[in-house]
Amino acid sequence: MAAAIETEALTKDFLTGFWRPRPHRALDALTLSVEAGEVFGFLGPNGAGKSTTLKLLMQLIYPTSGRATILGRPAGDLDVKRRIGFLAENPYYYDYLTVEEVLSYFARLFGFSGADVKTRIDRVVEDAGIEPYRRMKLRALSKGNLQRVGLAQALINDPELIFLDEPMSGLDPIGRHQIRDLILKLRQRGCTVFFSSHILSDAESLCSRVGIMAQGRLVASGEVSELLAFELKGWELVVSGLSDDVSNRLRPRVRSITPLAHGRFMLELAPEAEPEKLIAEVRATGAQLVSLNPVRETLEEYFVKQVTAAQPRHDHAAEPRKAK
Amino acid sequence: MRTIWLIAGAVFKESVRDRVPYAMVVFAVLLIAASYLIGQLTAGQDMKTIKDLGLSALSIFGLFIAVFIGIGLVSKEVDKKSVFGLLSKPLSRTQFILGKYAGLVMTLAVNLGVMTLAYYAMLYYMHATTLPGVRLAWPSPAMDPRLLIAIGLIFAELMLVTALALLFSTFSSPLLATMLTLGLWVAGHFNADLRNFENVVDNPAAIAIARAAYYVLPNLAPFDVKAEVVYGMPIARRVLGFTLLYALVYITLLLTAAVTIFRRRDFK
Repeated sequence: MAAAIETEALTKDFLTGFWRPRPHRALDALTLSVEAGEVFGFLGPNGAGKSTTLKLLMQLIYPTSGRATILGRPAGDLDVKRRIGFLAENPYYYDYLTVEEVLSYFARLFGFSGADVKTRIDRVVEDAGIEPYRRMKLRALSKGNLQRVGLAQALINDPELIFLDEPMSGLDPIGRHQIRDLILKLRQRGCTVFFSSHILSDAESLCSRVGIMAQGRLVASGEVSELLAFELKGWELVVSGLSDDVSNRLRPRVRSITPLAHGRFMLELAPEAEPEKLIAEVRATGAQLVSLNPVRETLEEYFVKQVTAAQPRHDHAAEPRKAK
Repeated sequence: MRTIWLIAGAVFKESVRDRVPYAMVVFAVLLIAASYLIGQLTAGQDMKTIKDLGLSALSIFGLFIAVFIGIGLVSKEVDKKSVFGLLSKPLSRTQFILGKYAGLVMTLAVNLGVMTLAYYAMLYYMHATTLPGVRLAWPSPAMDPRLLIAIGLIFAELMLVTALALLFSTFSSPLLATMLTLGLWVAGHFNADLRNFENVVDNPAAIAIARAAYYVLPNLAPFDVKAEVVYGMPIARRVLGFTLLYALVYITLLLTAAVTIFRRRDFK
């Protein structure tokens, strides 16, 4: 499958300081490939370089070195811009224009006209859940609804590839759920979705692949299942009708026994505990098996591990001052 | 071209709904109306005073609109990051700047148009309430169409000031851009003095600097023909044509510089 996004050693330095500006490396040699049709989660803590990458891909800033291509053409190419959508973080549009006017403006910038503009607006306000607000001026909208307007404008050209910078930011739980559904719908349509987030549960449930950024570098990337598959952390066994006697007998072989409601107990087992044997033993005492679940590493735990492990870089800005 | 007009249309729509220019236009209209009262205090000079004050009000409030909207719209777009959404659409940064400029000029034209109508309404009132014998003493008729030449030149000057404001707002903060634009507007009206610097100073280096500044800074004095129009003096067509050509060339240079800076700018 062709790559929708490709970057090669993409690097961006910003000058910091007024009198003696020094380069601060915001993005360090990012090499990344996102396949067409996939939902790619671009994760990382604040200041990791996620927004810098998105701005470079949108050519809102220019790279210090390296290159980026989108849909096979250089980033910033006008033909590419016709085929993509972009939602910036905390978007702001025009206070005194209505939702419809803003969307009509953006649709016309793509060259659409007449009834086509109206059809597109009808579709995107429906998709973004802002139908009741379409005739309201943007200054009267809440932060969450402005975020939805941002999403609607990113969808106005029915893009092949959409970039979403923190799409869940400012949304209530219902809004987040709607955006999740929308991303899934886009995936079904074959649209490639590249979204940055630090809300890992969203990424875990939506993404086919993720990339984790820390201090301007890509520290891990791959399929979510691939990244987490080998990290079995143990088992959770829930049983009912466990007597005190049996419970005391099992205690040395399990990590913990926690009483739950309705006479149930949760037994936490080590990864090598062979739960089948234990289940057979427990059943022999008259207790019943309720459930058995493997405990795997969550994306959040994996994320924290990767980000913490990332070594600080030695650029000019990061260099500590020498002690006198 | 279509893209530039689309951006201009959005700028126009956004700025006419903003209340700030309305307030300025209302204030200018009030000032034009007040000039009637001031005119009453100056015996025999009433018509000249009203015409002069009215044109000055048009010029000053036009300047405020040009500077504050000119700088506000582009700076706000960058500060609030709406530029991110816009520049991700199929348009170039050159189209963005030219569209913004065209929209600002449209806004300015409408605001100036409203002020001009108020001005002429005031002059018509003066004409209608003055005895024919008194009117004969006026150096030019109350509703002199030549006033439109003065207003046209004010508009050309404000187009130039808008281009200045736009240029400064592409690389500096709104406050600095406002100060630079207003500073250059003031300097531009005294630019002719720099040309005659050698008459008052002997130092060749100072004279060379003054001469260089004369050519680089905008020369806005030729755009002010209030005295000629109010006193019924002739304005040479050649001078008028040259002034408009000067505005065209200077605006082109300013917009080229604004586009060059904006195209290279990183939007952090």
